Amino acid sequence: MSGEMIERLQATLARMPYARFLGLRAELAGDEMTVILPYAPHLIGNPLVPALHGGVLGALLEITALAQLSIARGFARQPRPIDVTIDYLRSGRPVDTYARAEIKRLGRRVANVHAEAWQEARLRPIASLHGHFNVTPKTSAGEGP
Amino acid sequence: MSATPDAPVEPPRGQLIRWSPQAMALGMETVATQFAQATLKVPYRPDLVGDPDRGVIAGGVVTTLLDHACGHAVAMAMAEAGPVATLDLRIDYMRAAEPGLDVHAHAHCYKLTHAIAFVRATAYDRDPSDPVATAQAVFMLTGVGPEPVSDGEAGA
Repeated sequence: MSGEMIERLQATLARMPYARFLGLRAELAGDEMTVILPYAPHLIGNPLVPALHGGVLGALLEITALAQLSIARGFARQPRPIDVTIDYLRSGRPVDTYARAEIKRLGRRVANVHAEAWQEARLRPIASLHGHFNVTPKTSAGEGP
Repeated sequence: MSATPDAPVEPPRGQLIRWSPQAMALGMETVATQFAQATLKVPYRPDLVGDPDRGVIAGGVVTTLLDHACGHAVAMAMAEAGPVATLDLRIDYMRAAEPGLDVHAHAHCYKLTHAIAFVRATAYDRDPSDPVATAQAVFMLTGVGPEPVSDGEAGA
């Protein structure tokens, strides 16, 4: 069970060239998954503050949501985002960032996922996301939209 | 208006890409700007792919491009350059970007108040009327104080 989850999780990130561009990795403790975005200078959006690019935080949260879906269930193909809303709560400082996601509902076609990113303190999130993802269960033969 | 090379200053209008390491890392380019509007693009690159089965550019790249284009449009709407911060960004993904094509984003800051900017944006590859994604964003102008006359509203 857990081994299979780790495999699906690693496959999700390893298969995605853009996850390597960001430098993302994931850790799994039991069923609790954390995606880690190690700080790198190319992630900065605003050098004045300096702050991580808001788009990078959005991408981290979106990929965290996809990774969480990958360990929840095996899919026929990678889930695709339908819509996402990102709230920016604090500026992303030039340090490592962590993110976790929670699947609020996993239906036959659509999943609703929330994700949150933080740096020093889990209780001081810097950004959060909620979104819908199109999912294709492995068991279905790809029938229906 | 001079500055030491290693001390970043507010970017002049239309220079928001070279100024931003992440925009540079994505290879982002300015296509066009006008008052309150900006069009930017990210050239297709295999290392920016999110779905290797289809060779489709990652949603996160589109997110960053849309966020950047929105910020750029806000800068183009402001009387003088000043810092802005994204409050929220909503993105609707209409379809996958076509593999091999550059992704463009056009953003329009359609309302600017004392401290808040409202922006809409569209991402597309071939045709602006056939969007890859649309976005709605709200920015805070972080360089301004609270509203001069405030009616019991707490300053941010």
